[in-house]
Formats: sequence, C-alpha cells, structure tokens
Amino acid sequence: MSAPMSRWRLSTDSTLGKAVDGIVTSPKAAVGAVVAILLVLVAIFGPWIAPQNPYDLGAIDFFDARLPPMSPTMNGSIYLLGTDGQGRDMLSAMIYGLRTSIAVGLLAGIVALVVGTALGLVAAYIGGRVDALVMRLVDLMLGLPAILVALMLLALLGQGVWKVILALVLVQWAQFARAVRAAALVERNKEYVEAAVSLGLSRPRILFGHMLPNCLPPIIVVGTLQVASAISAEATLSFLGIGLPITEPSLGLLIANGYKVLLSGQYWISVYPGLLLLLLVFSINVVGDRLREVFNPRFLGR
Amino acid sequence: MTVFILRRLLQSVGVLFATSIIVFLGVFAIGNPADILIAADATQAERQAAIVSLGLDRPLLEQYWIFLSNALQGDLGRSFVFNQPAIGLILARLPATLELAFVALFIALAAGIPLGLIAGLKPQTIVDETIMTGSILGFSLPNFWQGMMLIMIFSVWLGWLPAGGRGETVQVLGISTSLLSWDGIAHLILPATNLALFNLALVIRLTRTGVREIMPLDFIKFARAKGLTERRIVLVHVLKNIMIPVVTVVGMEFGSIIAFAVVTETIFSWPGIGKLLIDSIMLLDRPVVVSYLLVVVFMFIVINLLVDIAYSLLDPRIRLRDSQ
Repeated sequence: MSAPMSRWRLSTDSTLGKAVDGIVTSPKAAVGAVVAILLVLVAIFGPWIAPQNPYDLGAIDFFDARLPPMSPTMNGSIYLLGTDGQGRDMLSAMIYGLRTSIAVGLLAGIVALVVGTALGLVAAYIGGRVDALVMRLVDLMLGLPAILVALMLLALLGQGVWKVILALVLVQWAQFARAVRAAALVERNKEYVEAAVSLGLSRPRILFGHMLPNCLPPIIVVGTLQVASAISAEATLSFLGIGLPITEPSLGLLIANGYKVLLSGQYWISVYPGLLLLLLVFSINVVGDRLREVFNPRFLGR
Repeated sequence: MTVFILRRLLQSVGVLFATSIIVFLGVFAIGNPADILIAADATQAERQAAIVSLGLDRPLLEQYWIFLSNALQGDLGRSFVFNQPAIGLILARLPATLELAFVALFIALAAGIPLGLIAGLKPQTIVDETIMTGSILGFSLPNFWQGMMLIMIFSVWLGWLPAGGRGETVQVLGISTSLLSWDGIAHLILPATNLALFNLALVIRLTRTGVREIMPLDFIKFARAKGLTERRIVLVHVLKNIMIPVVTVVGMEFGSIIAFAVVTETIFSWPGIGKLLIDSIMLLDRPVVVSYLLVVVFMFIVINLLVDIAYSLLDPRIRLRDSQ
C-alpha cells in the first residue's frame, strides 16, 4: 500500500519531471504557472466566457462607445471594464484579443523551436562546413536586434498574420539553434551516441531519437522565454501599425486604439488590455526564469 | 591583431552589402509608390512625367545599380514625400535619437549596477528576491504600454511632465541638445525612462550574476585576508571585474536601444529617426525607409566591430581562437 503514494510524484529523473518539480517547489513559479494556464484556458474557451461577441456587429451598439467601467448596458447587465471607441465591451474584446495574442505567440514559438532545434542538432552532429554556415547565420541574426529585423521584414512585406509569424520565427530560431547546438556538442561525445553509431542506427534516429531527448532542458528553457518574447514582440509590432491587421485584433491593437484617447482621460481602453498582456508575459517569464535556474548547471550546488 | 581586425572589417562590409540588396528588393515589394505620391486627379502625362523623374520606370536591376553607386557617394535617394535627400533627413534627426539613447543607457547603468550589486551581495534574501522579480517585470513590461502608462500617470493625472515632443533645445557646437534647458530635460525624462527600463533589467541581471561568480574567487579571499574593507573590495575589486561583461553586453545592446527608439519615439512624438521610419513606412516613402535601415545597420556593424576589437584587446583568448 505504500507504492501508490510515490506514484503521485513525477520521477525527477526525467526532464519533464524535473521541470514540474522545479516549478512546484518555487511558490513564485507555481503562481506564474497557474496564472499562465488559466489565461490559456480563458483564451481557449473565450467565446463561451465572453459576455459579448465583440466582432458581431449585431451585438454592439455604437451609442455605447467609450463608456467607463461598470456602466450599465441596455439589457440590464454592466460593462465591467467599460467599452471602446466602437461601443464594444472591453472585457470581451480583451478575451478575444488574448486568443489572438496567445495563438500567434505560441505558433511562432513552436515553429522557431522546430526549425532552430533541427538546425542546431544537425550543425552540432555533422560539424565542419554545415556547422560553420549555420553558426554564421546564427551570429548574424543574434547580432541584429530582433525588433529591427522584424521591423525590416514587415516594412518590406506589409501586414498580415502569417507575415508576423514569419518575422517572429525569423528572429527567434537562432536562439534555439545556438542553445541546442551547445548542448548537442556535449552529448555528441558521450558513450551512448558512440554505442548508437556502433549499432549502425541511422543518422536521423541517432539525432532525433537519442540526442534530442538529452538536449531537452535548454529547449524547454529557451522555448518558454521565447514564447513570452514572441507575444510581446507581436504586440509591439501591432501597436506600431505594422503587425496584425485590424481584422485580427490582438492585445497590442486594443492598446493602440486606447493610445489615441489616452490624453483625454479614457484610460480603460488601453490600461486593461495592457495589464492583461503584462500578466500573460510576466507569468510565462517567471516560469521560464525558474526553469533556467533548475536546468542551469552553474546554479547547482550553490 | 591586424589580421583579426581586417577580417572582421571584411565581414562587416559583406553584411552591409547583403543588407542593401535585401532591403532594396524588399522595399520594392511594399507597393507601387506612384499610386500614393501622384495626385489622383493628375493627367496621364503628368503621371508619366512623375514616374520618370522618380526613376520608377527603369528595370529593377538598373534601379539597384543606380542606388548602389549613388549610395557609395553618400546619396541614398530623395524622399518622395519631403523631396529632400533621404540621408539628410536621417542625419538631421539622428542627434535627437542618439541623445535619447545615451540618456537611456546612462539611466540603465546608473540604476542597474547598484541594484545588481545589492542583489548579488545578499543572495536569496527578500531584497534580492524583490530586485530580481522587479527585473523580470522590467523584461515583461511591453515597452509601448509602459510608455503610455508613464504618460497617463505623470502627464495626464499628475501633470508633472509633458506628454510628448522634444521641448526647447540649445545649440552646442552645431548640435542641438535638450540637456541644457529645464524644458528640454522635462521633455526627455519620460521617453528616456521608457527606453531605459528593458536595459535596466538586463544590467541588474548581469551585475548580479557577475557578483555571484566573482565573490567566491581566491582574489577576493586574498583581499579580505589582506584586511581590506568590504566596501573597498566591492567598489574596487568586484566592480572592476563586473565591468567587462557589463560594458560588452551594453555596447551590443546600444544598437537595440536605437532600434527600440522606434517605439519610444512613436509614443512620445520624439522627432528622431524612429518616428521618421514609422511615418515613412505608412507613406511608402521608399528612399527614407531604405536609408534608415542602412544607416542603422551600418551603425550596428560599427558598434559590434568596436566591441569585438575592444574585447579581443581585453581577452587574448578570443583573439587566439579566431585566428586559428
């Protein structure tokens, strides 16, 4: 009967187990993780939670434009966080904006992760010219500020959801490639890789079946932090008017709408979406920071 | 050493050349500037004359060739909107951006190093936790929103500082600066704080990591054994050793401060090159966008080159590894 107790604890030998254990043992990171998961759930179930569909023209009333928070609606309920310039319920617009922000950030982060990890692994394993070429590209990308590259690309390509994702992937893959390559270089010289080579396993199988699982810690750390930075970068680009088009309003665009009326004291149109964006990015960063602490060997034994 | 510098120099020229091609080709894809720049009621003949005078009728390769040979003579084309040399527009606004960037950098260092020292010297205490959580907050605050909140609090609610614009400037040696009049400084405080915050968080982290790595080292133990005061150990010996990574990273970050100035200048209507870039993108003013990108990438390459050289002077291992 003593066995079931230990079942509830994930094995701390596995990378994932170590990650979960690290988060649970730090109150700050645990709160961050709970908030982040809650926000993702709100984003997924947004259409059922939001009081109003802010993009259904039949549901919004232009006469309700720019009402302060807690104003009553026509049908007796209240606009908890006020309304924006078109008479949309701010809370509903924020929930829909959160969906867009998280979807774009996650998608960009995942594509960058896949591309960067693959290139980093291959570069480390093959070495020589391939490695030199990949690393030269990585140096070039990391040498230029991400926001400048994204600005450049979007200035050239114009607005659009896929263009924003492309720009974000382009500025982020290098972070993954560098981190994974560094880890893979260490793994490459270990005996299990030698054993796999002697067994005559194929290259892809050695790379992705054997080395990849051992390179997971840096991938998890960089992945978490990069999703946060992708969400933040998308918001910035959308705010500048060169990110997502107005048909796909993310939190950044909602804030941009509020910017125009900020000086006239209608703070709620920009303050609340901004707080939500901050909460999202901050909670992911807190978790990422804890993961870095857990997986960075330099912090071990101190 | 000379070989090292020469090789880095060649690389830099290559990057700049590649950038010029990418930027030129890409900008061509934005849209047809003729539609924007020529009045809708222009006759067909007027329209054609305008297209010829702007050089928009030539083949792409020829346009690039003209652009490149002109660029080498310092001519990056004329702005479609202002009808002035694009490079002149950029250079006229550059001092405002540089001033903003330097003040932001100064704030980041002046506040970040002491905070990082405090956090690093008292690890795992409440003070450390607070400072480090604050620095994650600094990383997480979306730059543009944080700027808007500064405006809302200090301009709209408290009314202490102006919400935008550059204010009064004073000419010193032909360069106008905001730092010599109260009105100028008042206009500078909010945008500089806005731009500094991200790097402030970065400097805190770098300093803290540096302190924690240096404190257990033998030379610190030796200094203690010699009877030096803790104050002298921290302010002289620790600080000196932290400065190498901090200065390097901050040197590299200066480029991203210039890039992020685009956001700050847009929010605070600061008349620098960043605001010019966004305005030009919106107006499809191609030569100005190209000039901005080339000038900034050029500045970037120069800064990186200088940092690399400085670093290889400080740390011979880098020089040796690179010349192999």
